[in-house]
Amino acid sequence: MAYDGSTTGSNTDTLDSAIPEGPLPEKWTKYKDNAKLINPANKRKYNIIVVGSGLAGGSAAATLSELGYQVKCFCYQDSPRRAHSIAAQGGINAAKNYRNDGDSVWRLFYDTIKGGDFRSREANVHRLAEVSANIIDQCVAQGVPFAREYGGLLDNRSFGGAQVSRTFYARGQTGQQLLIGAYQALEKEVSKGGVTMYPRTEMLDLVKVDGHAKGIITRDLCTGEIERHAADCVILATGGYGNVFFLSTNAMGCNVMAAFRAHKRGAYMANPCYTQIHPTCIPVSGDYQSKLTLMSESLRNDGRIWAPKSPETAKKIREGKLKAKDIAEEDRDYYLERKYPSFGNLAPRDISSRSAKEACDEGRGVARTGLGVFLDFSDAIARLGEDTIRARYGNLFHMYEKISGDNPYETPMMIYPAVHYTMGGLWVDYNLQSNVKGLHVLGEANFSDHGANRLGASALMQGLADGYFVIPATLPNYLVDQTPGAVTVEAPEFEKAEAEVRERIEKLLSIKGTKSVDSFHRELGLLVWDKCGMARTKEGLQEALERIPEIRKDFWENVRIPGDADGVNMELEKAGRVADFIDFAEVMCHDALNREESCGGHFREEYQFTKDDEAVQSGYTNEGEAKRRDEEFAYVSAWEHAGPGEEPILHKEKLVFEGVKLSVRSYK
Amino acid sequence: MNLTLKVWRQAHATDTGSIQTYDAKDIPEEASFLEMLDIVNERIITDGGDPIHFDHDCREGVCGMCSLTINGVPHSKEKGITTCQVHMRKFRDGDTLWIEPFRARAFPIVKDLMVDRTAFDRIVAAGGYIDVRTGSAPDANSVPIPKQNADASFDAAACIGCGACVASCKNASAMLFVGAKATHLNLLPQGAPEKDKRTLALVRQMDAEGFGNCTNQYECEAVCPAEISADVIAKLNRDYSAAAAREAVAD
Repeated sequence: MAYDGSTTGSNTDTLDSAIPEGPLPEKWTKYKDNAKLINPANKRKYNIIVVGSGLAGGSAAATLSELGYQVKCFCYQDSPRRAHSIAAQGGINAAKNYRNDGDSVWRLFYDTIKGGDFRSREANVHRLAEVSANIIDQCVAQGVPFAREYGGLLDNRSFGGAQVSRTFYARGQTGQQLLIGAYQALEKEVSKGGVTMYPRTEMLDLVKVDGHAKGIITRDLCTGEIERHAADCVILATGGYGNVFFLSTNAMGCNVMAAFRAHKRGAYMANPCYTQIHPTCIPVSGDYQSKLTLMSESLRNDGRIWAPKSPETAKKIREGKLKAKDIAEEDRDYYLERKYPSFGNLAPRDISSRSAKEACDEGRGVARTGLGVFLDFSDAIARLGEDTIRARYGNLFHMYEKISGDNPYETPMMIYPAVHYTMGGLWVDYNLQSNVKGLHVLGEANFSDHGANRLGASALMQGLADGYFVIPATLPNYLVDQTPGAVTVEAPEFEKAEAEVRERIEKLLSIKGTKSVDSFHRELGLLVWDKCGMARTKEGLQEALERIPEIRKDFWENVRIPGDADGVNMELEKAGRVADFIDFAEVMCHDALNREESCGGHFREEYQFTKDDEAVQSGYTNEGEAKRRDEEFAYVSAWEHAGPGEEPILHKEKLVFEGVKLSVRSYK
Repeated sequence: MNLTLKVWRQAHATDTGSIQTYDAKDIPEEASFLEMLDIVNERIITDGGDPIHFDHDCREGVCGMCSLTINGVPHSKEKGITTCQVHMRKFRDGDTLWIEPFRARAFPIVKDLMVDRTAFDRIVAAGGYIDVRTGSAPDANSVPIPKQNADASFDAAACIGCGACVASCKNASAMLFVGAKATHLNLLPQGAPEKDKRTLALVRQMDAEGFGNCTNQYECEAVCPAEISADVIAKLNRDYSAAAAREAVAD
């Protein structure tokens, strides 16, 4: 297919983001003052479906139930406590200014906007910064055991992209402790009868009635039963799409199915090309590998990143003829320190990741696969002693040794970037409502707050902000115009959607081909990692867009799914998810092709600073840095599904900046 | 490396189930235990068979979903790790590995190596929380908590809810799990108002679910991937006795 990357066929209509009037710092307060309310006696008449039970879904389901609504909450895991929010290590940001170091709501807002490379919606980000402080209060009251100082008060640490210490943390398991807090609140509401929990249940379709989201079709993953659930509105909090790359730091079950089903039913997919590649992950070791493991980027505080200067030396290391400690100081390239003298090894995630890729592309990678660089603690150990390093990073060193078999106290770690978080997602307005009325999207599943790059310790903040504080305030604006219980599962739309779900399952099972689901997933993942990963080009993306339909055709002709649809069938579950990843990958590549600029996690090789640019000549930034094109691309790309195999239709939401001035990010 | 697997296969909850033998050939030493099973499953699928079903998700030791009994020990005999963190380099070429589910009456088998642990959710729903409405919380620093209490609470809160404690116990007791939840919340000032109510509710729900009694064997502590100390059981017993006594007097 010839696709020239232009926006032909795109709609130039502007999406209504429903941003309230008034100055930025007053919008949320004014919004709440004027928001619609539903009286307590009426709230219990409304039924709400929440899909996903992580930080966003769990906190939303619990809070909406506390308010009096009847909630049904769904998750594919065996318990809501297992959602992948649990894996977040570092911390959660909040503008508490407990350190008296000059933090404020405005600064958190500004750092998040700048970190996102000026591609997020100001009003949403400001609201996020405003409610951040309430999140910490709520979590402490629930019993989340944040780190404390000897005086009994909460401790903070600093994190990437900020000059203040605003990150609250719970050892290296902040996500786990916050999730347990939300899970316990959820179970509290289960015991009170406000929430009905459906674990091991997967959403297979969204049901729209008269254009509004009014229910879902699910499959019970134990019995195989297909069920209809009707409600007055639907909330999706189903996480990101990082597993489209097959290998990522996401849990094995993380998938895009719920969001993509909604997309096929009319919801726009926004900015899918914005993916975050985390620089400090353990490198891939072989074809059998099922997932990648992230180590906290706090390691970069004391570790020095390097690759050998010459490809010949690197080759000898790969072949096991030389070891890291055999390489003389003058033969090492501490490339981040060389390129970014003031930020050094603490350069932001996107920049660190790309630099590692460059070194490996030059043949200077060190892992057996050639895809790895050293993270070396020998200087820090010499300077501070092994005990200090053990106290700071002991658990991470232990984890590294368990997985790799190497002892990082004696030999440098090897690291390589891996897909970690996805900033894109379903398009939502200020109410967190998608363009499909009644469909609300929270947390990583929506696109709204992180622009083109997310700062560390901000994912947990956004998930809980959406669930505890935003959706409870914005949902009544939709519900108040709905007659509770007006739609039931007897509606013909449910019958039709259920029939389609059954048909799809039967079709998958009837193929009886020769190739496993995983083999397709791996093939797709390698393709998009190569063409739509850390660096993208027009040619590469066009190639991917030619290859994806071939993979899809092969999948629907040759996939082998053993067993039947009655009872547990994990291959069937995976097949449905991979089928959607294949279709999703197409939208992602279209988006990356359309966005002819580089910003945050989206790096188009054609758009980078060169020695001819004034910003490089003046020494403000380096050659090779990401170059935004604000005049042309300061908008959100919201893609409309146009039918199977058809090019999606582009809608734009123009980003208006009232509070901040757009500038070139520089970390020199 | 080449291994022989003896795996528990059970088609559904009421099936009798049996041990089946599989060859696991050419397994890379760097692979994790679950990746070894992935490889075996891919071959089973290619040969037209039904793959071995097991629970897993994060594969980095925190979600608590993976739950295999390896050579008779829940999560394997390595200390302080989950099944997904077991690596093949810890085994020898030619080994025979016995792979079974987490066995307990309160954890009915769903299929093969997957078990139903919703009993744990019901225990938490009975009282494993602090009843605080969203929006009603005071400022986070308004209640100082001595660091040692916060740390001790944290040690208990580290429980990942995997159920290895139950699977390792000859009585299938859930005392380590329940003790951890009670200790996490009872040690905090925020958890104090509901302490008695919580403790009684947790223990009663645990009994109702069919978990056995604790006879101080400490198998649970030995297999716990989060290394929860059996001290939480002593603490639970103390909190329970006090709460039950106060309840009796109040009656």
